[in-house]
Amino acid sequence: MEKVLMKGNEAMAEAALRSGCRFYSGYPITPQTEILEYLSWRLDEVGGTFVQAESELSGINMLLGASAAGARVLTSSSGPGFSLKQEGISYLVAADLPAVIIDVMRIGTGLGDIMQGQGDYLQLTKGGGHGDYHTIVLAPNSVQENSDMMDLAFDLAEKYRHPVLIASDAAIGQIAEAVELKEFREHDRDKYEWSIKGCKKGDEQRKIQNTYYTMPSYPEYLKAKYAGMESNEQRWESYRVEDAEVIAVAYGISSRVSKEAVDIAREKGLKAGLIRPVTLWPFPVKAFAGLKSVKAFISVEVNILGQMADDVRLATQCKYPVGSYGTFYDIPDPDVLVEKIEAFYEKEREK
Amino acid sequence: MNLKVPESITFAKTGFCPGCGHGIAIRLIAEVMEEMALTEKLLAVVDVACSSLAIDMWRFDTVMAAHGRPIPTAVGVKHIRPENPVMAYFGDGAAYNIGMAETVHAALRNDNICVFVVNNSVFGMTGGQMAATTLPWQKTVTSPYGKDPKKYGTLDITKVIGQMDIAYLARGELSGAAGIEQSKKMIKKAFEKQLANEGFCLVELLSECPTNLGMAPVDMMKHVHTAMAGYFKPGEFIDKGGSGR
Amino acid sequence: MIEMVCAGFGGQGILTSGLILAEAGMKLGKNVSWYPSYGSEMRGGTANCTVKFSEREIASPYARQIDILFSLNEPSIDKFEARLKPGGLLLTNSSIVPAGRKYRDDVRVIKVPVAEIAASYDNPRGANIVMMGTLAANSGLFDADALARMIDEYFSKKGKQNPKNALCFRAGADIH
Repeated sequence: MEKVLMKGNEAMAEAALRSGCRFYSGYPITPQTEILEYLSWRLDEVGGTFVQAESELSGINMLLGASAAGARVLTSSSGPGFSLKQEGISYLVAADLPAVIIDVMRIGTGLGDIMQGQGDYLQLTKGGGHGDYHTIVLAPNSVQENSDMMDLAFDLAEKYRHPVLIASDAAIGQIAEAVELKEFREHDRDKYEWSIKGCKKGDEQRKIQNTYYTMPSYPEYLKAKYAGMESNEQRWESYRVEDAEVIAVAYGISSRVSKEAVDIAREKGLKAGLIRPVTLWPFPVKAFAGLKSVKAFISVEVNILGQMADDVRLATQCKYPVGSYGTFYDIPDPDVLVEKIEAFYEKEREK
Repeated sequence: MNLKVPESITFAKTGFCPGCGHGIAIRLIAEVMEEMALTEKLLAVVDVACSSLAIDMWRFDTVMAAHGRPIPTAVGVKHIRPENPVMAYFGDGAAYNIGMAETVHAALRNDNICVFVVNNSVFGMTGGQMAATTLPWQKTVTSPYGKDPKKYGTLDITKVIGQMDIAYLARGELSGAAGIEQSKKMIKKAFEKQLANEGFCLVELLSECPTNLGMAPVDMMKHVHTAMAGYFKPGEFIDKGGSGR
Repeated sequence: MIEMVCAGFGGQGILTSGLILAEAGMKLGKNVSWYPSYGSEMRGGTANCTVKFSEREIASPYARQIDILFSLNEPSIDKFEARLKPGGLLLTNSSIVPAGRKYRDDVRVIKVPVAEIAASYDNPRGANIVMMGTLAANSGLFDADALARMIDEYFSKKGKQNPKNALCFRAGADIH
């Protein structure tokens, strides 16, 4: 298919309906509003349903109803709005319902601000709502991946009957790049036996509720589900890690800047590499195995605390020093980033 | 006497208290569905509070929504299966307290669903706490001196959405043969309007809650008919026929 | 890799210019990225975007060293001139930038009276298109005829076809 120039947010929206999604219910919040705006006319063109809900809470629950009825469903938000969706995400998990939910991340706690940021790593990867659960979290870093991962997200949601989150960010949402969109796929709302459709004589009544109410072995079921995801769904990109002594770990927009920094560092003689988690959960632990030359890792994020650094420590079983470089709402400058990596590595070598 | 029960009633062990109005409301809905030949088509959404127990009482395909969110959940269902009748069935705490925004906005959109609000004037599942519908000076476990109208008002839904452009707004009582028969007619009319694509229908059903109001079942029924129906007047408040959406 | 910053006041068609140029680069088979000014940078009515063209994969979408500064007001020059590469190209809007302004002497400055030219064709909103003509004629990035066609296509797709755009573009392309 011919390449077209699209903004990241619009590419996600277009890719969703090409994956067979015909229901979207959302609420405006910067910097994801282009998704809402795009789908407000585009879903109509393809015979789908767009609802601008009165709140994120209402939107996520409309989504739950549409999913229970068998549709491929999407909603999107950012930071503060995403927090409001967490109640519904917990309910989606409890009821084994597939859904795709986009977080075009911004920065900060409370209101924070609309600037670029990766403020939501913890709420996306550590459950986020109440109860015992994880969600698969995909982190695209280009407009092409925005399109490709939407397709993947719907398939994974269906495969595991589970919500799948997309951790995009303001930069990846606003950037325009060439993208090759996928062909249209149809989704049949009657595909699943479990979805509500009307209880005919002889049918077993379909009850969309907490799965554990009717499943005595629910703890084993849930653990097996997540073990399956952890063994089958880890995704990552490794860049120049074979002989790397210091490896940056970054996803989304910070992975793009880090990749450039790795090249600059190499030109200066520093053996740097990059591991880019593509799934933030399950965290790609496998990417950290078998690295022969590495001496230290540094997590590069557009937030204050370096929310991912602990997962890097766990992935490396705390055998290596793990630094963290968080820039709050500034996108790290690759030259400055190289200096930070150099300084951190220098300090660790002296220890 | 020939007793007949709708096929959709399961006779599973009930979690409802003796004398609770839910049993009556569920039976009325089941009868209406049978009379309209919709038993195999109805898609139900309940709340997590007392109405959640209905999921095992009937054989309709059912979603248990989060507290206060049955309406948006039912809206999502209806968009995907517009040919099926869809109802949100839940209590006043969910509809008028935590879910008030959802109730008003579904009415504002005139969403084509039926909403049945079982109003027992308290939060039932959690033990009878004060609700928006608790009557002035009514004693509850969180208004032990009686609900002071200067601090907390009492909400009459017909005064909130009574001027909105919706298909149907009515209130019946689950007390006394006449009241129950009138409630059934309201339920039936709401479904007829949904099938005619007329839009949002809300029927409030004044209900018994003998456990939390501390009354014997018969006294409770009298209280619904006198005190509750005295404050919340039964009747049809909006009945727009055949306008279409 | 060519790094270009387009900057000016909001309403001057800066972001659109960047998008058209990025799309034109894409159609020439280059990897491209377009990134708009965003967040607090947007406040104060200025707009800018970074457009990158490369034979290789584009890692960071941000400008490191600017090859071309496509500016339509003076604050843009204040903000970005220092980051131009030695030998880089600076296009300025001489309709509003004072004639006496001093520029770096190691960059190529082309002063374009975009407002007067656009007005002479009775197309006051075509100032950015004049500048795109000058860019095509002086950057080596685009064939002028091809870019003129792509601009027409871009506006036709939006239902905003305007034959005066091509005239503005030609006039811009005559400036060296």
